This record gives sequence, structure tokens and C-alpha cells, in this order.
Amino acid sequence: MERREFLRLSLTAAGGLGIAFHLPLARQPAAAAAAPFAPNAWLRIDPDNRITFVCPSNEMGQDVHTALATLVAEELEVPVASLVIEQAPAAAVYTNAMLGGQLTGGSTSVRDAWLKLRQAGAATRGLLLEAAGRTWKLDSKLLAASGGHVTGPGGKRLSYGALAATAASLPAPDLDKVALKSPSDFTQIGSPTQKRLDTPAKLRGDRLFGIDATQPGMVYAALAQSPVIGGTVQAVDDRKARAIPGVRAVVNIGDGVAVVADHFWTAKKARDALQVKWLVGAAGAVSNDSVARALELGTGKAAAIARESGDVASGLNQASRKLEARYELPMLAHVALEPMNCLALVANGTCDIWTSTQYPEGARAAAAARGGVKPESVRIHPQFIGGGFGRRLETDAIGQAAAIAKAVPGVPVKLIWTREDDTTHDYYRPASLHTLEGGLDKYGNLVALHHRMVSPSVTARAFPAFVKDGLDPFMTEGAANLTYAIPHFRTSTVIQDTGVRVGYWRSVSHALNAFAFESFMDELASAAGKDPVAFRLALLGSQPRQRAVLDKVAAMAGWGGPAGRDRALGVASMECYGTHVATVAEVRRQGDKLRCERIWVAVDPGIAVRPDQVQAQIVSGVITGLTGALKNRITIRDGQVQETNFHQFEPLRLAQAPRIDVAIVASGAGPGGMGEVGTPLVAPALANAVARLTGKRVRSLPFSAAGVNFG
Amino acid sequence: MLELKVNGASRQVDADGDTPLLWVLRDHLDMPGTKYGCGMALCGACTVHVDGQPVRSCVMPVAAVAGKSVTTIEGLDGKVGRAVRQAWEAVDVPQCGYCQPGQMMSATALLTRNPKPSEAEVTEAMNGNICRCGTYDRIRRAIGDASRILGG
Repeated sequence: MERREFLRLSLTAAGGLGIAFHLPLARQPAAAAAAPFAPNAWLRIDPDNRITFVCPSNEMGQDVHTALATLVAEELEVPVASLVIEQAPAAAVYTNAMLGGQLTGGSTSVRDAWLKLRQAGAATRGLLLEAAGRTWKLDSKLLAASGGHVTGPGGKRLSYGALAATAASLPAPDLDKVALKSPSDFTQIGSPTQKRLDTPAKLRGDRLFGIDATQPGMVYAALAQSPVIGGTVQAVDDRKARAIPGVRAVVNIGDGVAVVADHFWTAKKARDALQVKWLVGAAGAVSNDSVARALELGTGKAAAIARESGDVASGLNQASRKLEARYELPMLAHVALEPMNCLALVANGTCDIWTSTQYPEGARAAAAARGGVKPESVRIHPQFIGGGFGRRLETDAIGQAAAIAKAVPGVPVKLIWTREDDTTHDYYRPASLHTLEGGLDKYGNLVALHHRMVSPSVTARAFPAFVKDGLDPFMTEGAANLTYAIPHFRTSTVIQDTGVRVGYWRSVSHALNAFAFESFMDELASAAGKDPVAFRLALLGSQPRQRAVLDKVAAMAGWGGPAGRDRALGVASMECYGTHVATVAEVRRQGDKLRCERIWVAVDPGIAVRPDQVQAQIVSGVITGLTGALKNRITIRDGQVQETNFHQFEPLRLAQAPRIDVAIVASGAGPGGMGEVGTPLVAPALANAVARLTGKRVRSLPFSAAGVNFG
Repeated sequence: MLELKVNGASRQVDADGDTPLLWVLRDHLDMPGTKYGCGMALCGACTVHVDGQPVRSCVMPVAAVAGKSVTTIEGLDGKVGRAVRQAWEAVDVPQCGYCQPGQMMSATALLTRNPKPSEAEVTEAMNGNICRCGTYDRIRRAIGDASRILGG
């Protein structure tokens, strides 16, 4: 992407040094709104040497605050722990250039920030050195910056804060000419010992999350929503609800009826006492069967080709042996532990929003639209996120809170969804149907592979401008970037609506496509009579990083060693968000049940900015992969989601968590994505292990629905 | 008016007796550390101690704890509580952190009655606490470390 970056210096109100970058965007998401609040700083240095880093990405457990602060701190020559981290408000300057909007997702935060935040730190350091040089009338080359101070000959020493005002008067450097530290000089990037900056507050139970936000005079709202998503209010009988002491108001917002009360429990009790008739329309006929029929219909439609090499039809025709298989993935809910919620205040034509969001820019648009105020009159106060996983890229609850707040102007209202509201009103991971055809030559080499995916497109709803020529770029991930060199290859997609509201779910289509491709790779290896690891390595001649992680994980897991009657290993491998990853799962038979005993992951993120948290993210991704593969799925009947709480859709618990070993094989290139990388290979690695152990090939998830029960 | 003892202090609460303790803590007493996750005692995010025993405050009517001693994450202290916090910090257990107050309350209760739990005992005591981020390996490690701090 061609982009010019401008550095703007400005004096902050406190007389400090503020630096802002303006990144002209190559593309704008549909929901983009003009920046109403002029942010003047990524970095703020106060005269008392208090250094504030305004973090553009939202913290949802991925440690993005520490990671991005580390990039700045490394170049600024201050210990990262000395920085004050401030969450950025919604403003265009904080746009993630990889995504074209201010949102935290797609495992992009570190990749997007890698150059620009180091440049921010380095440029600031250069200005502070120059300011010291002018102050002391010395060539700045004779000076050094370290630990928040500039030092010079003869024991000269000034804090960054003392130099800030002078530095702010200097001309802005050309960012492309700012010298960055050599990786060999890094003292903080890659540090294995640096702790997360947010841990102590999280252990104290501090007020951190959206659901904890409070304002003077705050009241609470609980919301009755149509049991069929998309339904609208036809009639309300609120007499019983209004009779409950503490109820302040009952508000019909169209897609729901809110009870506003002094306390949440009162609001919820009164909400449960409402009698609402809903208009549901065609959505009331949706079921898992109708979803499956829609996907089947999609298989007969013209597909858009995402990547093609050779001539897959003739390649398959000429193959000595052909294989075909279909893979299916179910709908899944996000079930972040913090249910959806939002605190909103509408007053005098403005709207304030305190919420856990991955998408402050979208939050502003949603609040403006439903709060009845101009986008530039909305202030978003992003809070820590109690689990995102893609759910908090959606702004439905934010718009609802604004609509409720609009009805009680001047009163801050906190809308809290119950767990049941959250599970039954999600934007679900789309169901998908994959058909694969593979051709082997007489030596058992893979010479042709044809993949076709049929699935609804999240992007067509959320960011329609990104869908071009029938291709949703988030549907082709894990397919268009297949690492294997296959002479005749084609991967294509059919966007097929199923009548279900769909959303991005951690690792998005990587998880869908990897299950299909990596399961099929084992089927092909088996047909060829080859070892699954060797079969893959033979196709990775031009992919040294992928080979390295596959070799590494095989060694970690003791691949090829004695398996035993009740134990088998399964492997899977892919490139994911610019990171190379390979996974081995060990499955053991225990009576009539299976157990995933161990998982090994080798990962090459290029550079691991926070190695301990790379490890944590991979482990987290693996657990999410297990949550999504073993037994959970969303069931829709008469348009209504049947699973309501954790007894029916259960995140993996401690007792089922396998031992997970992670090796970081950093090849030294720029950083790859990390937050979602651990997830997609779990299901295929497990399926491959199950096939080797039991002979049963699971082509449809979850495993439990295929009769494979993990204890 | 109900009288509660929370983290050693007497508190007067004007709430219906059927209000879950969770919401009394969060909304009436302005103590946000105890978390709402499920409302059905399925996830453990709301775990507090009542007279030293771990309970799921989301299903505990506040009337049932009148006159009893409630401890929340904000008041987690004492030899075991401090060891748990120290270990949790050293291991950098949290990711999003939303479940961790509940995890720490469960772990503290476990280590108070059993300073040297076996792996199976840890599993049994902690299996009711969901971590959607999947920090279970670090939770196990931190409980082991806390046990060692306590001389277990």
C-alpha cells in the first residue's frame, strides 16, 4: 500500500509534546464517519516527565496495550512500564491502515503498528535530543537518550519532560528518514521477562470493563428482544412491569422493549414481566435444516475463483487417483464472558458511550444513528473488553443503548444483556460447506486440488464495499494463501445467504477452510500411502518458514515414534495472518470416550514482540479451537436459537484443557498476526488423529454430532 | 433494609431479599470486581466467599447472607489471598481478565482448606470457573506457585 505519513507536532494544553500521524486511507469502510474530535497525540509528554501513550487498539486480553506501548518505548528509550496507557477515543487518526477503519481485529494490531509506532518513538527521541542540543548548544550527535532523560558531556542531564516544550517548537522530521533501531539493539521488543502492564488492575477487580462503567445518576436497562432475531415489536403489555417498584420507564425501541429501572435486577424482573407480541416475518422459518438446504443450493451456483494455477479440470482428469470429500462446519456463538452491554447518555444533542468495543468508529456511527445525534457529537469511551472474539466488532447493543438513552435524556442508562440474551442474539459464525477434489499421480504426489466453499458472507453485511466480483476476502483466507505448491489448483467461493445473522468469529474463515483443507490433506496422504507430515513437506519446497514450523512441531510431538493401540497423533499446517503455524494433537482412547491429551504448536510470527504473550495467545487460540470443535453448535428452530446458557453452549473447562506446548520459531521477518493463529488448526489436527486412532473420518463438526465423544 | 458484612465492613442495603448478592455488590454497593457471566452458577465469574466458603453470588439471594461475612475480590487478603494474588501476578495469568476475580476467589478457597492440592483436587475445585480466553494452564501454574508460597 502506497501511503505518505505526516508527522504533526503540537503543543498540548499542558505544554507538552504531542505527536500525531495522519494516514491518508487507501480505502474507507462503509460506516466511516468524519473525525469529529481532533486527536493531537499518540504520545504526550508532560513537563513532569509523565509520558502517556494513547493506544489505538482495544484491549481484550491479547495484551495489545503492552505490545504497542513496547514498540514506542523501545525507540523512545523509556521502560515500557513507565508509560501511562490511555485508550484512544474514536477518531480517524487512529485508523488501522490494514483494515481501513478504527477497529481491533484480523490479528492486525501489531502488524499495523510495527513501523508507525516505532517511527513515532524514534522521531520523538530525535526531537528530544535536538532540543537538548539547542538547550546546551551542543551537537545532538554528542548526546544520548535513555530512561526518559537526555544526557550529555560533563554530566549534563535533562528529563524528556523538561525538554518537551523546546522539542515541540522544532520542525517535524520526515518519518521515512527517521533512523530506527536495529533489531539486534532491541532491549524491550522480544523481552521474555516483561510483564503485562494491565495484570495488577485485573487482579484487584478494578473498574475496567464496559459492564463496570458508571456515571452519576446512572440507571439500568434490561431489554426484551424478539426471540427470532430481526423481529420487531408489534404490541406491548407493560402493566405488570410498570407495577414493579423501582421501574422508571418502559421504552419501545422497535427491535426491543426496554425496562429502565433503578437497579439491574429490578429492570430484569420487570423485563421478564413484559408481554410483547413480535413481528418476525420470514426469519421465523429458519432452522438448521433450512440452513443446510441453502448451502446445498449454493453448491450449484457459479463460484468466484480466489486463486488458480494450472488447469484443475485437466489435472484432475489426468490424475491416477481421484478423491472427493465434503466438509461441513456448524454455526457457533462467541460467548464472550462479559455479556453485551453499553452505558449511554444522551443530553443536549450529544451522546456519550462507555462500552467494551473492538470498533469505536462503528460504535460512534451506531450511537449517532439511534441516539438521534450527529456523529461528531458522539463521544466514545472505550473500556476493557471482557472477551471479544469478534463479537464486539458488532455495535447492536450500542445502538440499542443509545436508543434507550434518547428516551430518557440527561439520564445515563446502562443496558446489560443477560447471558441468554447474548447467546440467542449473537452474530453467529457462519455455517459452511466445502467440497474438495484431489488428484494424485502414480507416485502418490498431489497434482491437482479443487476446493469450493459455500457460506454466508459476514463482510457483505458489515463492510459491503470490501466484497468485489463475488469474493469476500475474509472467506478466502486459509484457502487463497494455501502454502502447498500444487500444479493444478483452484479455490473458489460461493456467497450464500442462509437467513442467519452472521459475524466474524476468532480466526474467521481460517478455521473453516483449514478444517476442510487440512483434513483432506490427510485423506490424500492416506490414499497415497504416505506419512501425513512427509506428504505435506513434499509440497512445501518454496515455503521454508512453513517447512520449519512443520518440522519443529513433528519433532516436539515425537512424530513417527511408537503410537500404541489407544493413542494417535494428528497434524495440520497453514499460514495464518502472515504467521506460519503447525499443530499436532494427541488423542487417547479412554473406554468409550476419547480425550485430547496434548497439543503441540510451532509458530513463526517473524518477530515475537511479546514472547510470553505469543505463548499465551497460542494457548488461548487452541482452547478456543477446542470450544468450537468438540461439542458446541448453534441450533435454530422456527427462527429461534435454542442454546441459551453455558449448559447448552459450554466453553471448554479446565478439566478438558489439554497440556499445550508452544515453540516460537521466529525467523526474523516482520511480525505476523497472533491473536487468532492458535485456533484454526485444532479441529483438523484432532480429526486427523481421530481418523488414525479409530478409522473414522469426521467431516462434519462438532465431533459430538459425528458420534465422536471427547470426555 | 438488610444488613450485610462485606469485606469486614457493615453495609446497609435497600434491596429486595430475592436480589442476587451479585447485583447487590455491583449495583447497590458499587463494587464491580465480582462479575456477571451467566446468572445460573455455571461459570464462576461471580464467586465470592460467604463465611469463608466459595459461593456463586449470581444465584445467592441477598437475604440468605444477611448477618454473614462476605468477602469479594476487592477484599481478598490474608495469607492465602495474598499468596494467590502474588502468584497470579508473577505468572501473568489474565488475558481479558474478566473471569479472574472468580478464579482467584475459588483458588483461595481451595488453598485455604487444602494448601497442597493434587492436580485432581485443583481440577475439581476450579472446573466450575470458566475462562473463555483459556488461561487454564497458567491458573494451574499459579495455584502451584501459591501453594509453594504457603509452604505446601
